[in-house]
Amino acid sequence: MLTNFAALEVGQHLYWQIGNIRLHGQVFLTSWILLGALLVFISLGTKKMENDPKGLQNLLEFLWDYIRDLARTQIGEKVYRDWMPFIGTLFLFVFVSNWGGALIPWRLIKLPSGELGAPTADINTTIALALLVSLSYFYAGLSNKGWRYFEYYVHPTPIMLPFKILEDFTKPLSLSFRLFGNILADELVVGVLVFLVPLILPIPVMFLGLFTSAIQALIFATLAAYYIGEAVEEHH
Amino acid sequence: MLAFNFFGATEGGLFDINATLPLMAIQVVALTYILNSLFFKPVGNVVEKREKFVSNNIIEAKNKLSEVKKLEADLLTQLQSARTEAQKIVSEAENESDKLYKEALELANNEANASKEKARLEIESQTSAARDQLSKQANDLSELIVNRLILEK
Repeated sequence: MLTNFAALEVGQHLYWQIGNIRLHGQVFLTSWILLGALLVFISLGTKKMENDPKGLQNLLEFLWDYIRDLARTQIGEKVYRDWMPFIGTLFLFVFVSNWGGALIPWRLIKLPSGELGAPTADINTTIALALLVSLSYFYAGLSNKGWRYFEYYVHPTPIMLPFKILEDFTKPLSLSFRLFGNILADELVVGVLVFLVPLILPIPVMFLGLFTSAIQALIFATLAAYYIGEAVEEHH
Repeated sequence: MLAFNFFGATEGGLFDINATLPLMAIQVVALTYILNSLFFKPVGNVVEKREKFVSNNIIEAKNKLSEVKKLEADLLTQLQSARTEAQKIVSEAENESDKLYKEALELANNEANASKEKARLEIESQTSAARDQLSKQANDLSELIVNRLILEK
């Protein structure tokens, strides 16, 4: 039983077939459970808002303030308000996914194929998030500056043009692979250690995993905000 | 037991990209809207309302403080002027009383001098009257003596 419990399955998925479409079921299952928990938590905290915050409302206000500071420092005073919900959602989604994947003993739930884990350990999720960030910063730049957005590509000199075009591809690539790689690697390391030494030794690595998970969420949100801020920034 | 199946497999693999990607993107966009109406807007309203309330209160308190300081300075100048006024009144009253005292003293002196003078005159006149009488009596007496002496002869 112990070997079964500690077995590793990499690159196996629980496939859902809807018509011609194939989905990774385990990603959606865990994301629905985690997002459901997040939404319940938030609904409970915002149910009775008071001017004098108590309990959960305090925590949510702290979170809100944290996200606002993040968005404001990266995007700038002028337009951070428009992008704060998006940045905050990215942060919360990645954070909840990472921590949910690390803290909840999903392995106890048997699936016919694949296993439950952090939704961010699936490349589809991270590419989806990274592409949303790409679309967002294009939209932010174009909606704020119109065609002048493309001045950014030749700023400060036209020599920068190929590099800036290249950047548009490397940004989503690095965003998605950084998150995917970190979370998957953490899961693998913990899995391998649990498989080799099932007692005590994996615990520090698990704590390290929690740390990495939180840092990755912060990095993803900060970079997304930074890209949007870069796109709306006025050059003089 | 360690079933590593990275690439190559027709089924699965770590980099198996399929419809999960767009559906996850749609899910995240939907989550953005849900969280915006459920979390960011209500909490933002409450926090910003409180921040406005606090900053308004601070401004109000600052205004009140400056008003208090102005009033304090006002009162101080008023106190100063009242003090000088009082000083003036006191010194005026002192001068007045001094003057009155001097006048009264002078009056009394004059009166005293006058009555003294009068008394002196009276004494003088009485003295001269007495002297006259005395010399008259002396005359009479000498006359009487002379007469008596002459008559005896």
